[in-house]
Amino acid sequence: MDAFLDFSPLAEQFGTIMLGFWATIRLTLMSALLSLILGTVLVAMRVSPTPVLRAAGTIYVNVLRNTPLTLVLLLCVLGLSDTLQYTLSGDSSTNYYWWATIGLSAYTAAFVCESLRAGINTVPAGQAEAARAIGLTFTQSLRLVVLPQAFRSVIAPLGSILIALTKNTTIVIVAGYIEAASVMRQMFDDYGGTLPIFLGFAAGYMVLTLPTGFLFGWLAKRLAVSR
Amino acid sequence: MSTASVLYDVPGPRARLRNNVLTLVSAVVVLGIGYVVVRGLADKGQFEGRLWEPFLRADVWSNQIIPGLIATVQAAVLSAVLALVFGMVFGLGRLSDHAWIRVPAGWVVEFFRAIPLLLLIFFVQFFPATASGYTVNVPAFTAVVIGLTLYNGSVLAEVFRAGVLAVPRGQSEAGYAIGLRKGGVMRLILLPQATTAMMPAIVSQMVVLLKDTALGWVIAYEELLNFGLKQIPANFGNLIPSAIVISLVYIAINMVLGYVAVVLERRSRRSRRSAAPPVQAPTAVGVGGGGGMGLGTGGGGT
Repeated sequence: MDAFLDFSPLAEQFGTIMLGFWATIRLTLMSALLSLILGTVLVAMRVSPTPVLRAAGTIYVNVLRNTPLTLVLLLCVLGLSDTLQYTLSGDSSTNYYWWATIGLSAYTAAFVCESLRAGINTVPAGQAEAARAIGLTFTQSLRLVVLPQAFRSVIAPLGSILIALTKNTTIVIVAGYIEAASVMRQMFDDYGGTLPIFLGFAAGYMVLTLPTGFLFGWLAKRLAVSR
Repeated sequence: MSTASVLYDVPGPRARLRNNVLTLVSAVVVLGIGYVVVRGLADKGQFEGRLWEPFLRADVWSNQIIPGLIATVQAAVLSAVLALVFGMVFGLGRLSDHAWIRVPAGWVVEFFRAIPLLLLIFFVQFFPATASGYTVNVPAFTAVVIGLTLYNGSVLAEVFRAGVLAVPRGQSEAGYAIGLRKGGVMRLILLPQATTAMMPAIVSQMVVLLKDTALGWVIAYEELLNFGLKQIPANFGNLIPSAIVISLVYIAINMVLGYVAVVLERRSRRSRRSAAPPVQAPTAVGVGGGGGMGLGTGGGGT
């Protein structure tokens, strides 16, 4: 019954596992920040009066949204870093961390952009018209009137994206950066693929995603624009 | 796009001039970025004919790209069918009147939605071997299909549930009033209308599923990504060109699927065959879209 009940590997490797999840958290937070910034820039491009920017934004979103994340990460790591030798740091682990973060952010930004655009659509036309009527320019009405309301209405979807991003960091295993999923893979090699190890890591991810879900659910309710 | 026109007035002479200047500037910036990328690739010799020439040869397509694509589609279609069955069983299970069905179904769905798909695939691949004392060996194909089925099935279960709940209550009440039983109401009244409402969400989930077959790379399932980024570059040393060609294949398939979802949504919005509004697709963020556990908002309810 070794494969079903033996929880001792989790205790033995506790330190390694925690380091793995710490790497997961680092990847998630940095990618979340970068993808939020890039996603906001992209959505501004997609609603701008300049056709060139609109087209560039649309192409970016359609390309990244329809490419598997595995491919994006492999292109960053095998392609840009290893084949073309664009290194971001002399330290190999740091280099892979940054390339993985760039891949994750570039991919997630497309989804952030789409959900912000859906948020802009929920802002009533009267708001934008009022902004124009008092003489605000495009940038001003976007920055002062439309985007603040759009952000508040997409908090729950952004929370889902953050949770998905947390789970997506497991794919960084293809980028050779050690995080929780690769620690689990290594433990499967060392101890065999036992149920307790799997449940331990599943619980670890839930500890990260559940509070995120509750926090964003609470924030969404609290900050909802009352209309 | 209606919002775009709401955000700014019909431009006057000064605004037109400003817009033209902005268009020019942004065109220069976009072209500049494009130039830097192309120049960078050219400097590293990525446009040499010998790197691209393999993609003009019939044997590369017939021996590697097409078989890879078939393996990808096989895994995707099989998991899609199984996931639909799984989703139907657990989605309807969560709607059951009996707590002993509803509660366990809820736990199963929330568990598989909350954990990363990759952990699931590793577990499916390694666990049977360990538990059987290394006599059973799970092929990579099976591990990918089971993983995709459990994860996407759980997401679809939420779509099914949202679809059935989206049918106005009057419909089932009318069904009971004319003497149908629970099964009859579900089969004859709720499901036909819910199907129309949830078709767009199901098709969007198929895009996610197709993209997720690329995880087969991690456990060496020989699908499109494996051929495109491992085997073709191993023969011709053309990783970057190959990655570009392979991503075009993925993008083409997924954009067609995405377009089908949009058309279906438009149709279902004006359809008179269903009283239910279309169910929103779960946030399709590739691997692991969908909300967190126990939120009650994930999975699509509008």
